[in-house]
Amino acid sequence: MTQTGNGARQSENELAVQMRGVYKSFDKVSVLRGVDFEVRRGEVHALAGGNGAGKSTLMKILQGVYPLDQGEILIDGRPVRFTSIHDARAVGIGMVFQEFSLVPTLTVAQNIYLTTEPLGTGGLIKDREASRRAREVFREMQVEVDPDATVADLSTAYWQLTEIAKALAQDARVLIMDEPTASLAKHEADALFDLVRRLQARDISVIYISHRMEEVYRIADRITVLRDGRNLFTRALSELAPEEIVEGIVGREIEGGMLSWQERRLPEEPVPLLEARNLRSGRRVRDVSFRLHAGEILGLAGLMGSGRTELARCLFGVDRLDGGQVLLRGQPVGLSNPRKATAAGIALIPEDRREQGLVLEHSVRDNLLLPLLARIERGPFLSDHAGNALANSLIQRFAVKVANPNRPVRLLSGGNQQKVVIAKWVAIEPDVLIMDEPTAGVDIGTKSEILDMIRGLADDGKGIILISSELPELLAVSDRVLVLRDGSIAQELPRRDIPDEESLQLAVQGI
Amino acid sequence: MAPTTTPTAPAGEAAPARPRGLARIGELDWRRYVIYIGFVVVFLFFAVLLRDEGFLTVNNLLNIFRQTAIITVIAVAMTYVIAAAEIDLSVGSVAGLASVCTAMALSRWGLAAGIVAGLAVGLIVGAINGGLVSTLGIPSFLVTLGMLGIAAGIAQWITASAPQPILNDVYNLVFGSGNLGPIPGLLLWSAVFVVVGAVVLAKTRFGRQVLATGGNRTAAEFTGVNTRRIKFSVLLISGVVASIAGMLYAGRLQSGRFQWGTGDELSAIAAVILGGTSLFGGYGSIIGTLFGSLLIGLINNGLILAGLEASQQQVVRGVIIILAVALARRK
Repeated sequence: MTQTGNGARQSENELAVQMRGVYKSFDKVSVLRGVDFEVRRGEVHALAGGNGAGKSTLMKILQGVYPLDQGEILIDGRPVRFTSIHDARAVGIGMVFQEFSLVPTLTVAQNIYLTTEPLGTGGLIKDREASRRAREVFREMQVEVDPDATVADLSTAYWQLTEIAKALAQDARVLIMDEPTASLAKHEADALFDLVRRLQARDISVIYISHRMEEVYRIADRITVLRDGRNLFTRALSELAPEEIVEGIVGREIEGGMLSWQERRLPEEPVPLLEARNLRSGRRVRDVSFRLHAGEILGLAGLMGSGRTELARCLFGVDRLDGGQVLLRGQPVGLSNPRKATAAGIALIPEDRREQGLVLEHSVRDNLLLPLLARIERGPFLSDHAGNALANSLIQRFAVKVANPNRPVRLLSGGNQQKVVIAKWVAIEPDVLIMDEPTAGVDIGTKSEILDMIRGLADDGKGIILISSELPELLAVSDRVLVLRDGSIAQELPRRDIPDEESLQLAVQGI
Repeated sequence: MAPTTTPTAPAGEAAPARPRGLARIGELDWRRYVIYIGFVVVFLFFAVLLRDEGFLTVNNLLNIFRQTAIITVIAVAMTYVIAAAEIDLSVGSVAGLASVCTAMALSRWGLAAGIVAGLAVGLIVGAINGGLVSTLGIPSFLVTLGMLGIAAGIAQWITASAPQPILNDVYNLVFGSGNLGPIPGLLLWSAVFVVVGAVVLAKTRFGRQVLATGGNRTAAEFTGVNTRRIKFSVLLISGVVASIAGMLYAGRLQSGRFQWGTGDELSAIAAVILGGTSLFGGYGSIIGTLFGSLLIGLINNGLILAGLEASQQQVVRGVIIILAVALARRK
């Protein structure tokens, strides 16, 4: 409760973290080129930047995961040198990981005190003592979590609270949070923000990495934007417009290109590319009829649970149709499984790319080529030469940022992973492309690239069904928007009849 | 009680979380204890069915312990390996190699040399297995599969496939042939391994770090666990314990033979999995392993008493193991 960190005072000892002139390269590719970064005590400091700007590298250096090539780090004004995670932890740097760092088979308390277990006589772990202490930490955080529950049985929100408790139990003075709300429901995110404020009141600093401007404005005092491995600016959010941040991240004016709609000319053909007649499937798809023309982008809006994802799944043959009919170019098609859908020219880019869209351990090249193996077959064998050529052309066409196509896809950023998924499915030349939340978890720069990509595909004559919960995105590219509510189409709105985001929001909410 | 001054959603959600926790006890926990239930059921089944064949006599029950003791010893170490999400297929042939090395060194240079030779086999093999897995990142399945052949081959080679008799009575008494009062020495050996193994796994930092490494290696590594060292350690332990098992075979059967221990890796793995240890790592129970091993011994014993042929025994044993593991399966 000593200070909030908002003040203009900035004597040396008020800075919890100072990183000066940090350089770092990997395989001769320089990622950080002299970054200065500082965090005050009790400050929530947002860190933003596009793919490859160097955010995660900078944070990994601060956590002691990577050594720095050049530069220095001062914690509480004292120079430190990290050779391992232990060193960083010892001076109070704690991390709340995006990919959670908990062991699911252990209990909450066992995770919190992993490697720092309280020991009794003969070096035996005192689990009850650990449990008691964990309960104490949660009480200070003012949240209720059972320390004896097995982590695997808890929901994501509790995992995150456990991570925070783990850092606090190790006396963390600086907490790094990487996209902490990405997998939280709204009320859980609200609770997290309350918690961050309470931590702040205890003089704990928080480095908050997020793509969501709304959150950044809500929670952070200052923001640092990185671009191309340099600190573009560090400024107080109170004197900064969102457009300036977005521009800083993307490096160019994106307003015109991305969020505004461009009227597109559509050849009206008598026979629609795809027609759905009274589709029914399970409980979520009750009665859906619509038409999609070649070259058209059809936006699907609706709240969670309105049946958006389920509709996509039954069009792709994942879920069985209980009734209704799908016609492609006027001919009825059977879509009883994804193979048939693919053969008919329908592709689905699923919502959860990590689970459903990619083999993470495999290389970028192998992921790209998986649906295309038939094309690189020479006799009974796969041709490496043809495969490399095809993969490289896709990487180029979709601007996937990867140094070497043989690197595992899991090492790519979220945005680049999504580009791989899109490239993979577009390459099989489907007539109808269904995309479920294609820009989720992707930074703004990549997002605008993906939206441009979607426009380009439609210009090539493909029919595109775009599912998105981000209305500005739907408004930016859709020619028509279908509003789904309770498993059927509540409204069909030509884009030119939607004046602004608010009116679409009202339509989605059903007000 | 919980402070309610600040409304927090997770606190609000803690209420529905409760019944979920209770439901878990009803659902998941019986799966965790299925080995004990299975043990009791099979025991009662044989006790009724084979009461005239002498199943329930003290002698027969001690026999079951004696016959399973060596598998139990191997399986205790195997529990660590599997809990760390690795596997050790070489234990059976390491036991065989240790038995012949002990016997040969013993007949030439005496008792101490014999014991040292046996332990050295386990240390060397375990260190090689662990080193290859932890530093080169070769899957333990492959490393230990190779080692299975190498150890078995060496044992056969250096003995020219001949049995190596052990005439040292002290050795034979201590390593498996003797009794302490009415209690077979082998039973004491396995009791020591089970007790030490259970305490170390559940109550020490090493044990906790083994479980953490198997449960989520990245998470463990980021928390500061040296997961390479853990993987090295469990394979080293497994090698050493397998060599002790081989020395127990040698003492009990008063000779070293390359065949001793053949196929024990499968029995030990079956015991561990029956005992509820996850084949994917992260969870392990030594007491479960003990009962898994005893259950296998119980089935073997019962089937023999029931007069089944060896071929039929194998079939029944396989079916029971698959059944038990299917029942204990966690999602």
